[in-house]
Amino acid sequence: MHVVVCVKHVPDTEAPIRIRGDGHGVEESGLNFVMNYYDEHAVEEGLRIKERGGGTVTVVTAGPPRAVEALRAALAMGADQAIHIQDSGLEALDHLGIARVLAAAIAPLPHDLVLCGKLATDDNASIVGPALAEYLGRPQATAVTALELGDGRATAHREVEGAVEVLEVTLPAVVTVERNINEPRYPSLPGIMKAKRTPVATKTLADLGLAPGGPGGPHHIELLGLTPPPRRQAGRVIPGEPEAAVRELVRLLREEAKVL
Amino acid sequence: MTADSAPRDVWVLVDHVDGQAVRKITYELLGKARALADAAGGRVVAVALGAGIGGLAADLGVHGADRVMLADAPVLERYTTDAYAAVLAPLLEEARPLLLLIGSSAWGRDLAPRIAARTGAGIVTDCSAVEVEDGRLVATRPVMTRKAIARVAFARDGQRIAVVLPNVMPPAPAVPGRTAETLAVPVSVDPAAVRTRVVEIRPLTRATVPLTEADIIVAGGRGLKGPEHFALLEGLAAALGAAVGSSRPPVDSGWVPHDYEIGQTGKTVNPQLYIACGISGAPQHQAGMSGARWIVAINRDPQAPIFQIASYGLVGDLFQIVPLLTEEVRRLKAARQE
Ligand SMILES: Cc1cc2nc3c(=O)[nH]c(=O)nc-3n(C[C@H](O)[C@H](O)[C@H](O)COP(=O)(O)OP(=O)(O)OC[C@H]3O[C@@H](n4cnc5c(N)ncnc54)[C@H](O)[C@@H]3O)c2cc1C
Ligand SMILES: Nc1ncnc2c1ncn2[C@@H]1O[C@H](COP(=O)(O)O)[C@@H](O)[C@H]1O
Repeated sequence: MHVVVCVKHVPDTEAPIRIRGDGHGVEESGLNFVMNYYDEHAVEEGLRIKERGGGTVTVVTAGPPRAVEALRAALAMGADQAIHIQDSGLEALDHLGIARVLAAAIAPLPHDLVLCGKLATDDNASIVGPALAEYLGRPQATAVTALELGDGRATAHREVEGAVEVLEVTLPAVVTVERNINEPRYPSLPGIMKAKRTPVATKTLADLGLAPGGPGGPHHIELLGLTPPPRRQAGRVIPGEPEAAVRELVRLLREEAKVL
Repeated sequence: MTADSAPRDVWVLVDHVDGQAVRKITYELLGKARALADAAGGRVVAVALGAGIGGLAADLGVHGADRVMLADAPVLERYTTDAYAAVLAPLLEEARPLLLLIGSSAWGRDLAPRIAARTGAGIVTDCSAVEVEDGRLVATRPVMTRKAIARVAFARDGQRIAVVLPNVMPPAPAVPGRTAETLAVPVSVDPAAVRTRVVEIRPLTRATVPLTEADIIVAGGRGLKGPEHFALLEGLAAALGAAVGSSRPPVDSGWVPHDYEIGQTGKTVNPQLYIACGISGAPQHQAGMSGARWIVAINRDPQAPIFQIASYGLVGDLFQIVPLLTEEVRRLKAARQE
C-alpha cells in the first residue's frame, strides 16, 4: 500500500500571535511553527498502514523554506520519503490553488491512499482535502475517526450530526483524519538521526508542470485583513455565600442577560 | 455587483432530517439569503437533495424561499459526495447564482470544497458573517485558534460558496401562508459512479439538542473529576433545556464521547449562554466557545483564565454550586408555570 500524506507547517496553537502591520498575515519572527496537529494523526495512520501491510509513506508539503521542518518531523516519525514544493508563486495561492499544486505533485506518484488532516489549525479552512480529491479524480472520506483497509476499498467511520456514519470507499481515495483516529507516536532518536540523512526532494511549480504564477486562473477569494478578535470584557465575579451567589446569578441571567 | 449586471439569486442548500423536517441551520441561511437577495434584486432559492423530500417545500416557502428546487431520487437518500456533487455542480454552473450558502455540518463541509474545486468557485468556510461591502461580498471568519478574525472578499465574478457556522445568524421568520414556486430537478446519477457506500448510520444517543444548535450549553472540564459527575451537568441542562458539552480532558479520559468536545479540536459553538463548570479556559477551549453571547464560569480558582472572558463568575466548588443552581433554575421555571 502506497500512502501519501499531506502535511502543513503552521504556528503552534499555544503561541500568542501578532498580526502584521499590513493586516495580511502574522509576524513570523519569534513564532514557533510545528506540523499541523491533525497531520500528525495522518502521518501516524500512514505509518500504521505500512507497518501492518507493507508499502511506503511519502510526505508532501507546499510551503516556504521553514516548512521542511514539518517534513523532517514526519520522517523522524518513520515516513520514507519527503517532497517539498517550494516556490515564491505559492504565496499568492488560495486553498484551491494549494490543492491543485498538491495534486500535480501527487498524481505521478504511486498512491493507493492520500491522507490529509481534517483541517489546518492556522486558517481552519477544511478545503484542501476534498479539493485535492477532486483534482486527483478520487473519492473522498472526510473527518474520519477510524479507517480499515480491505481489498480495493476502505471502511471509514465518520462523526456526523448525532450519529457515526460507516462508509465504504473505493481505493485510491483521499481521506482526511479526525484527531481521535489514533495517538501519534513520538519520533525515536534513531528516527531523528535518519530524518536528518534522508534527502528531501524540492520541487518548484515549473517542475510540476505548472505556470510560474501558479495554477488555476483568477483569484477566487482575497484576504482583506486580519484583526484581533473583539475583546471580551471580563464581567463580574458574584461574591457571597454559594446560596446567595447562585440566587444573584439567576437573577442576572433573567433580568440582565434575559436568557432564562 | 458583478460583471454581468443581471440580478442574481442567492441559493441555500437545505439541511434536513430524512426529508421529514428542515434543520435549524437552514432557517438561519434562509434569513441571510433573504437579506442578500433583496440587496441584489434576486430571489431566494432553496435547493434540497434527498429521497422523499417533497414535504419540505411548504416549510421552505414559509421561511422565505421564493423558489424550491427538489432533487428527489432514491440514489440521494443518504448523502454521498459523488452523487450530491454530480447533482449540484451542474445546477450551479447553469444558474450561476450570486452565492450558495451551505451550513457547516459534517456533510456540508464534505461537499462544499468538492463542489468549489469542480466549479472553480471561490469558497470561504467557517463564516460567522457574510455582508455586501462596496459592491463585494465579504465574509468574516475566525482563524488562528480564534486569535484573529479574517475578512475575506469573494472575487467579483465567478461562483461563490460560503460555508456558514451554525447559530451565528438569526433564523428567517415564519410567514404563515407564504408559498414558493417548486421545481423538480431531474436526477440522472449512475449509482455505479458513486464511489462511496453508506454501510450504516449508528445514532449516538443524546437526550438533548445538538451542541451546535443549542441556545444554552452546560460544559464540564477536568474539574468534574470523573464520568459519574457529568450526571450533575445533565441535571442542570435538563432544567435549562440545554445541551451538555465538555473541554478536552473529559474526552481524552474517556468520560464522555468525542462529540462532546468544544474547542479547537472539537466543536465551535455559538450559544446565547455558556456555563463552564470546572474548566480553566485554555486558549484552545476558548477557540470553540468565546463566541457565546453570555458566559458563566464556575471554578474554584479565582485566577483561572475563564474568568477573563466570563460575563458572570462564581468562585467556588462546582459540586456545591451546580446542584444549587439546578435547584434555583427549577424553582424559577416552576414559578413561571403557575
Ligand atoms: C493542539 C491542541 C488542541 C487542543 N484542543 C482543545 C479543544 O478543542 N478543547 C479543549 O477544551 N481543550 C483543547 N486543548 C487542551 C487545552 O490546552 C487545555 O489543556 C484544556 O482545555 C484544559 O481543560 P480543562 O479546563 O477541563 O482542564 P484544566 O485546565 O485542568 O482545568 C480544570 C479546572 O477545574 C477547576 N476545578 C477543579 N476542581 C474544581 C471544583 N471542585 N470546583 C470548581 N472548579 C474546579 C480548576 O480550578 C481548573 O481551573 C488542546 C490542546 C492542544 C495542544
Ligand atoms: N500547504 C500545504 N501543504 C501540504 N498539505 C497541506 C497544505 N495545506 C493544507 N494541507 C493539507 O490539507 C489539510 C487541510 O488543510 P486546510 O484545508 O487548509 O484546512 C491539512 O491538514 C493538510 O493535510
